[in-house]
Amino acid sequence: MAVTAKNISRNEFFLGHKACAGCGASLAVRIALKTLGERAVATLPAGCMSAVGFNFPQLAFANNAIISTFAGTASMMTGIAAGLRRRGEKDVAVVGFAGDGGTADIGIQALSGAIDRNDDILYICYDNEAYMNTGIQKSSLTPFGAATTTTPAGRNIRGNPGKKKNMFAIVAAHGIPYAATASVGYILDYARKVEKAARIRGTKYIHVLAPCPTGWGYDVADTVEIAREAVDCGLWPLQEFEAGEFRLNRKPGNIAGVKDYLKRQGRFRHLTDADMERIAKPEGDR
Amino acid sequence: MLQIVWHGRGGQGAFTAARLLGAAYALGGMKENGRTDGGEPEKYALAFPSFGPERRGAPMRAFTKLSDVLIHDRSEIARADFVVFLDETLYAGERDALVAGPDDYAIAEKFRLPVINTIMLGRLAKKIDMPAEHIAQGIRLVMPGRMHEKNMLAVREAMK
Amino acid sequence: MSRQFISGNDAFALGILLAKPAVISAYPITPQTTVVERLSEYVESGELDAEFIHVESEHSALSCAIGASAAGVRTFTATSSQGLLYMAECLPYAAGGRYPIVMMNANRAIALPWNIYGDQSDSLSQLACGWIQAYAEDAQEALDFALMSYYIAEHPQVAVPFMVNLDGFHITHTYEIVDVPTREQADAFLPPYETENRIDFARPKNMAFSAGPGHNKIFRRNHHKAMLRSSEVIVECESRFAEFFGRRYSGLVDAYKTDDAEFVLVTLGSVAGLARDAADELRGQGAKAGVLRLRYMRPFPEEAIRKALAGAKAVAVLEKDISPGKGGAVFAEVSGVCESVRLNAIGGLGGEDISKESLRSVFAMLAEGKEGELWL
Repeated sequence: MAVTAKNISRNEFFLGHKACAGCGASLAVRIALKTLGERAVATLPAGCMSAVGFNFPQLAFANNAIISTFAGTASMMTGIAAGLRRRGEKDVAVVGFAGDGGTADIGIQALSGAIDRNDDILYICYDNEAYMNTGIQKSSLTPFGAATTTTPAGRNIRGNPGKKKNMFAIVAAHGIPYAATASVGYILDYARKVEKAARIRGTKYIHVLAPCPTGWGYDVADTVEIAREAVDCGLWPLQEFEAGEFRLNRKPGNIAGVKDYLKRQGRFRHLTDADMERIAKPEGDR
Repeated sequence: MLQIVWHGRGGQGAFTAARLLGAAYALGGMKENGRTDGGEPEKYALAFPSFGPERRGAPMRAFTKLSDVLIHDRSEIARADFVVFLDETLYAGERDALVAGPDDYAIAEKFRLPVINTIMLGRLAKKIDMPAEHIAQGIRLVMPGRMHEKNMLAVREAMK
Repeated sequence: MSRQFISGNDAFALGILLAKPAVISAYPITPQTTVVERLSEYVESGELDAEFIHVESEHSALSCAIGASAAGVRTFTATSSQGLLYMAECLPYAAGGRYPIVMMNANRAIALPWNIYGDQSDSLSQLACGWIQAYAEDAQEALDFALMSYYIAEHPQVAVPFMVNLDGFHITHTYEIVDVPTREQADAFLPPYETENRIDFARPKNMAFSAGPGHNKIFRRNHHKAMLRSSEVIVECESRFAEFFGRRYSGLVDAYKTDDAEFVLVTLGSVAGLARDAADELRGQGAKAGVLRLRYMRPFPEEAIRKALAGAKAVAVLEKDISPGKGGAVFAEVSGVCESVRLNAIGGLGGEDISKESLRSVFAMLAEGKEGELWL
């Protein structure tokens, strides 16, 4: 049965943590664990969610959960899945929650290895578009133009000169059984993708956009709205890759909204009209 | 201690010959499956190749050490008691050695063996008075089953 | 029991086959490779009922092993040199999480300069990573360590991962006589792995967490104490091993004629046998020489070394590593226990053979009262 606001579990598996108010990533973790239930085993590398969730003796996960090395999310999940299989445990969801840096930078080798082996794991990348845990440094998923503490916006360089790595395409190119993009702005779409992924054997990858008020520079109440706008303006399309086929889940309804999306975030404040045009073009820099 | 250096090219089976000799010496007197009943005489052997990046066709060496006491020196052999050349093109005539020759290739042809390593082993076995049955035991312990018979026959022929 | 003529790597793989790990994750590197090849063959043939995971790096090899161990099953990995250094981040991680993983390390030089041959620079650079570290002298001891390592590492009083070191090529690729236990003997010796330190759906756990100032030292101290306790478990394990297999080992060190020795050479690994031969020759000429082989570097055999070296006039440490700017790592540690340590012989670097003559010269220099560093 598809997850809806009415039937989603009332159990909480991620609570009492120390995440910022308005944290998009903690919402992604919370909803995924509610969807997967108590048989989920969560693996989290160094990053915001492990930093706020695993401070002995304040441990915030109600299900089995473990921190991995920064580079080792996927490989540790492989080991957990193999070990549980050997113990005869069935109906288990081995799920990982790694940030954009933990996924697209330091963890991409282990992720590629796991997909190559088609290990039975669900890898969720919560993408807040920079190394937020260490204080907003650029990752390879930081979009073009965004100011971070290592790509400051000044007179000579206006924020990140590079573009956002296309992890969804990279993962799909492995021939993975299931991959999807999602946004915490469309939470039921995300929950349904988690639920669907849990039913598929082999490696699954969900890339969920998880805005960060602290790092992006917007009001803490606006996380869900910003996450919706990213989808609606076409910058973050909701897609699935399944059985070798790509599918767009939702037609962007407000293509003209790119500039508004950028303008309401402090990290893009310095962008010129020309910069924003460059981003807004159909095949623009992102 | 008896020390043997094997010269060959990668792919000619020099190291296999070195291992076969070690196994034949240490285990040759044992029952077929290597099971021990504690009554056997103590025999020890070490066998190892030159640990280089040699690939197929490149000159390489292998070493066998045989002794009735535990062998502690794992170094390459500096002064060999016997030197065997599985490839005559590597032999520069520098000292007494067993060097591959037409008779050895003829035996190989007769038994349809691609290399002459067990034939040279047979020739060495004769020199050091090792019984053919011990070499056969070494072959049984080290080589895959389908290679046993023709290699044992070749060894016996080489020992004639 | 069967007697076989096999390499150190073959022997170790047979030991692991008998220990029956459930998950093996490994990445190939010379001279470790043949161990994982043998294990792959055992898995393929069905002799070993394990999952062999083809990871894409050494970092993932150990990360995967940690995951499997956290799931509560017996786990194995193997590496060498650059591979050990590449997984270095995961070493204290596995140890701090108290996952009793067993790893074989084929001791090999570390780059630069590139070198595939055997020395002990790799493992000796990782003494502080929280693993038990044992050094085999030959293929037989390697096989026996494979079995004993699981008993010790998984002991509830220990729960620390275990690194078995085999000298690259001099043990890993050298063929020699090995007595291989039967499956029945091994099963009787080694109990199945049981732990509460695992993922558990009846009692969910948060594992591998953070511990800030204050709490941190409690975990670190517990780990240290477990490591120290493992000395007793090692002795207990070895007497159990002797009951089952008839081979008796001597604890953290292997002391040879040290009781009345005036000059003692301390070393580790496969060169110890030749050192004993050299000592015997010198005894034949009237010099009271002895050899102390360190079978373990962690736990550090402090008491055993002190006892063995108590009567020595002068002691040399021979090791196959160098910590540039200081000297040998083993020398530094042994010097802290015994005041008669005079000479640090650095040898075997990059796989260079150590001759009996050079070992005799080390004893000769001790007798002459020489001190300091000696490069063989």
